[in-house]
Amino acid sequence: MTSSLFFNITTIAYFAAMVLFIIYLVSRSRAVALAATGAVWAGFAANTLAIGLRWREAYALGFEQAPLSNLYESVVFFAWSIALCYLLMDFKYKQRAVGAFVIPFAFIFMIWAQLGLNAQIQPLVPALQSNWLTYHVITCFLGYAGFAVACGASIMYLLVIGREERKGDKQGLTGIFPSAKVLDDINYKAIMFGFPMLSLGIITGAAWANYAWGTYWSWDPKETWSLIIWFIYAAFLHARFTRGWVGRKAAWLSVIGFVATIFCYLGVNLLLAGLHSYGS
Amino acid sequence: MTTQKRSFLYSLWDFFASLKLSIILLILLAATSIIGTLIQQNRSPQEYQQMYGETLHRLFDLLNFYDMYHSWWFLALLGIFAVNLTTCSLKRLPRVWKQVFEPLTVADDAHYNSLSNRHELRVPLAPEAARDRLAPLFGEALAAPVTTEADGRIHLYAEKHPWSRFGVYVTHLSILIIFVGAIIGNLWGFKAFVSIEEGTSTDKVWTAGGQEPLDLGFTVRCDDFAVTYYDGTNRPKEYMSILNIIDNGEEVVSNRKVVVNDPLKYKGITFYQSSFGPAGNPQLNLEITDKASGEVREVTVTEGRHYPLSAGYSFAVTGYTDSYGQFGPAVEMHVNTPEGLHKAPFVVLKNFPGFGGKQDSPFSFALLDYQQKHYTGLQVKKDPGVWVVWLGCALLVLGSIAAFTLSHRRLWACIVPAGKGSKILLGGNAHRNQPAFALFFDDLKQRTNDAIKA
Ligand code: HEM
Repeated sequence: MTSSLFFNITTIAYFAAMVLFIIYLVSRSRAVALAATGAVWAGFAANTLAIGLRWREAYALGFEQAPLSNLYESVVFFAWSIALCYLLMDFKYKQRAVGAFVIPFAFIFMIWAQLGLNAQIQPLVPALQSNWLTYHVITCFLGYAGFAVACGASIMYLLVIGREERKGDKQGLTGIFPSAKVLDDINYKAIMFGFPMLSLGIITGAAWANYAWGTYWSWDPKETWSLIIWFIYAAFLHARFTRGWVGRKAAWLSVIGFVATIFCYLGVNLLLAGLHSYGS
Repeated sequence: MTTQKRSFLYSLWDFFASLKLSIILLILLAATSIIGTLIQQNRSPQEYQQMYGETLHRLFDLLNFYDMYHSWWFLALLGIFAVNLTTCSLKRLPRVWKQVFEPLTVADDAHYNSLSNRHELRVPLAPEAARDRLAPLFGEALAAPVTTEADGRIHLYAEKHPWSRFGVYVTHLSILIIFVGAIIGNLWGFKAFVSIEEGTSTDKVWTAGGQEPLDLGFTVRCDDFAVTYYDGTNRPKEYMSILNIIDNGEEVVSNRKVVVNDPLKYKGITFYQSSFGPAGNPQLNLEITDKASGEVREVTVTEGRHYPLSAGYSFAVTGYTDSYGQFGPAVEMHVNTPEGLHKAPFVVLKNFPGFGGKQDSPFSFALLDYQQKHYTGLQVKKDPGVWVVWLGCALLVLGSIAAFTLSHRRLWACIVPAGKGSKILLGGNAHRNQPAFALFFDDLKQRTNDAIKA
């Protein structure tokens, strides 16, 4: 019963869910959609258990730290957050086609963590020893996960809106997509969840920086990119009631926002220099 | 005022009250902020010249790209953003204020016609009886209704969460508050640095660009600095300074342990553990054995000085490190003969006394112990605006959550006598989340029909 066993199960479950969702788009079989949703639940359960076990394993090694201490742990937590947000969305809307556009994100992160990242449990360096780290990481990733769901819904929106405007028939892969109106609503709701979370993430990060280093804001690249994302989604929120910005442009803002999110999370560490040490 | 002036002011007002401007500003802020993450900020001109070449360097310098977040154009963008936010909110606030504090308790037919959620039904009940059936339904759905009788009609009005309309305004205000906090910090705060050698004290700190040191008004003494490592590794676990504060000749803070995530605060000034380094040469304890007589003695020496041995010999330590490869602390030293001849230098390891270069002299040496004095590097900061910033942040989160999750729901009913019974006009409205309200209203319609039949 080790965490790595359950991380493997998680990866397999998300992969199965992704494949089943794609089969669902083609076959339109409700049984397949149900199986896919079941696979997401199974993956989410395994993901939760694995994170819990890893927490215990770190304590057993004598490190009193939450399992959010390095890139590997943050990536599997991101996958967990995406699955959580997806399941919340599924619970409310039961629009299974959306799974084909959201669960791949969870799978890609899991497989990357499993194959590409160092899974060793290591103690925290002094700069990261703080409860603020836990609050900061949890709020940021819940926000990012909301944006992942919003991005999936926006891509579907952009695929379906043309057909709806032409009054085309419901053939092809987009046939079982929810209507543009529902997708727009999912997009908005997901960002309504993600935006306050991101705000909290930025604020807890600022509070921590102030506590540990004495400045709540220093225009470090990571900080700046999180603010860039925040600007983009603030623009999205206002675009929704501004003539000329409703619809396609708002959906594009949501997609661009998620691209910026991924860059903030990974690109900044891998490509730019700064204080945040997850990438190194 | 002339009409021309007036129309200019109006169009200025309209320009700043526009939501399109906000979207464009937000996108501009996002896009320009990228520049400062690609170009490292506040480096030396030489470094930039090397990185970008002469032409590009001059262009970037001209555009303030090297300190862009404090450049006039970025600050101007933030200024326009603040004006836009204020104007936009002020323009919309009076209407919202009226809706919250002067609710429309008596609605006319035109109002009902303007609502997208409405219902009309005839009931075989007297108006008062109909009111008695309807009022509890409103109570269950939202809140006990206000009842008004006018022109032979009975009007009911109920509402829930009227305050939630202010959520957006609280959010916008919070951003202005954060700006104010940042400005206060810039005007009345400082950021400085000080390094204190173990066992010494200081009452002055150095600000980043300042020529003169800043007087603290009290004295800080560092008694000790230490680094600890995770067992058996080079991964640092903790950097720690022991600080004391002496104010007016009195020791007001004693033996305070300051570590990376636990700063010391005194009189609004905060001291953060930020760096450390060696101060002066270490004290080395050596054990010297005279090979001929077998006599053993211990000495304490420092690097770079000659010390006498017996029979005219002497020695000196020329180098010291606390990690010689993976072998731990080590010294490099040599012995001088009575004739003043330098013999070959050799290395003595603390953890491996047997090892080391050939010590071809009448003496052998062992490194017993060493004491290295450190200085501790402290970041010193004062920011009287920080609480204003936190207040803004709290309002930002509360305001946006209120804006997103709460909605001001209103219900109206008008009961008109009609023949032997009455006619009921029912209407409702929510300031956001229309689909949910439509379901809510349908449910209310159903309950009204049921209540009347019962
Ligand atoms: C120049 C800047 C801004 C202007 C002029 C502006 C203006 C507005 C206006 C007019 C509304 C619509 C209010 C209504 O009638 O319901 C609104 C909504 C809102 N604004 Fe802003 N805003 C600005 C910046 C921001 C920023 C930076 C945030 C970040 C937190 C923000 C958060 C919100 C929220 C959360 C809503 C409600 C959105 C919704 O109901 O979906 N605003 N803003």
